[in-house]
Amino acid sequence: MTSRINHFPGTSLNEQDFADGKVLFVHDALKAEYAWDTGIAIGTYLAGLKRGVILGAHCRHCRKTVVPPRTVCEWCFRPMSEYIPLQDTGTVNTFSLCYVTWDVRRIKEPEIPAVITLDGASQLGPASLFMGGIMHKLGEVNPEQVHIGMRVKAVWKPEKEREGAITDILYFKPLPKEEA
Amino acid sequence: MNKEVAIIGVGWSGFHPSTPEVSYKELMYAAAVRAYADAGVDPRRDIESFVTVAEDFIEGTSIFDEYVPDQLGAALKSVHTITGDGLHGLATAYMLIRTGVFDVVAVEGHSKASNIQTLDSIVGHAQDPVLNRPLRLNTHFVAGLEMQRYLHDSGSSLEQCAAVVVKNRHNALKNPLASYSANLTAEDVMQGPPLAWPLGRLETATPVDGSVVIVLASGRKAAELSDNPVWIAGMGWCNGSASLESREWSTLPYVEKAAQMAYRQAGIGDPWDEVDFAEIDDTYAYKELQSLEALGICAFGEAGELLMQGAFDPYGEFPVNASGGSLGVGHLLDATGLHRALEAVLQLRGEAGAHQIEDVHTGLVQSWRGVPTTSAAVAIFDNQEG
Ligand SMILES: [Zn+2]
Repeated sequence: MTSRINHFPGTSLNEQDFADGKVLFVHDALKAEYAWDTGIAIGTYLAGLKRGVILGAHCRHCRKTVVPPRTVCEWCFRPMSEYIPLQDTGTVNTFSLCYVTWDVRRIKEPEIPAVITLDGASQLGPASLFMGGIMHKLGEVNPEQVHIGMRVKAVWKPEKEREGAITDILYFKPLPKEEA
Repeated sequence: MNKEVAIIGVGWSGFHPSTPEVSYKELMYAAAVRAYADAGVDPRRDIESFVTVAEDFIEGTSIFDEYVPDQLGAALKSVHTITGDGLHGLATAYMLIRTGVFDVVAVEGHSKASNIQTLDSIVGHAQDPVLNRPLRLNTHFVAGLEMQRYLHDSGSSLEQCAAVVVKNRHNALKNPLASYSANLTAEDVMQGPPLAWPLGRLETATPVDGSVVIVLASGRKAAELSDNPVWIAGMGWCNGSASLESREWSTLPYVEKAAQMAYRQAGIGDPWDEVDFAEIDDTYAYKELQSLEALGICAFGEAGELLMQGAFDPYGEFPVNASGGSLGVGHLLDATGLHRALEAVLQLRGEAGAHQIEDVHTGLVQSWRGVPTTSAAVAIFDNQEG
């Protein structure tokens, strides 16, 4: 319909017409399976997560650290081979409250994705220009209290259950006031 | 001769059946570093625009162009990805330079075929969803249909198709990039398992992983940066009918048109006389013969006989796929056209090593996007020494 036309000629279709086979349609499902090689940088990062360590890569030339590590610095194109263990605490850079899930269901309690700037910049000295954040979710928190600058800490899976995946960290939760 | 755009650097990585030690980004980076060093350029400073070729279904990531800049040195620069063969990417880069806006442009293509667990299923989704896909046929059937009609109309034989495999995999013995070099007989090839008869499994190229990066520059910039520029004398591309129901089965009119477009730009009247060698489609063995005819290198129905006489051998009158082609080197999915371009550049620089062809000035490169497509591109390269 448009602002000028509120009824088009013809017979409209409803879902039942498809179910009843009144309309020619084709259902197909794509069988698409991939086994992506993680390679040097991401492979090392995931192995670190399994041990409970978050690794970043540092470029001396640009004085920048990124999470997860990479083999090339996007700013200067030099190889990035210096991996640095970072703290599993950090500060919320940005966040969102999501009321629709990955598989498109509406939910009452929001999921809270956040980019968290990890602690560890101090190791790099005052000249450090940029600290990459980790992309994860927040938990054990009242959505109304989440804010930019909030101090948070990783909640890890029990060591035996970790498999070298981003989900080895369950989520980040607020740091108690005395530790923040 | 067209001296507007030159290839000033080439780089590659991988060229193995699997590359578990690196991610696709690391594979791309390794090829890019080589190409930039070869061209003598710093991507952050000198390269103004980047073109990559990739297909989302093949990568397993939607909107894949999002994932290409960092490892090419292209972050915060002009970048785009096209869903085409590497030669379509090369044509795009060529046009970017011809606009006059850019002086140095890089093109990238890669294959991480080993990571795709269900390649046949993904290729199957290239079939028409309403008319063809419900028949539930492995997409190689399209090549079987084409080969059948091609042999029928051209008079080419099964032995001649098998001889393409023998030649290319033998040529590959001298190419360090090749994964499938072998000393075979036509008998070995014909006794291999059938795939979509008359097409046999051994007449079908096997995928490999690899990345190719090519750096192009304007004539002015090439003169400044390069001692051994390889000039792009002409480029053409064309698509035929997608319809399996009504397409031309024994000839390749879209290859013919793409070639005519490239020949017109390059000022080539008779490719047999004016081109010194070719790296062309051999995804399936019969395609090499069919493509040679469509490219006008010989008449329809002649390629098989010329092949048997040795005309297309590395020391023959018109060497074809001296690199080993896709049958010998392996098929790089969307990067296949760039692999052929790479081989042609190495030949024209005299850097092809053990498979170097003597005294070459002009090379032809052609690629096809594979079943079920009718999508082809052609490039003519020249080292200006002729
Ligand atoms: Zn850097």
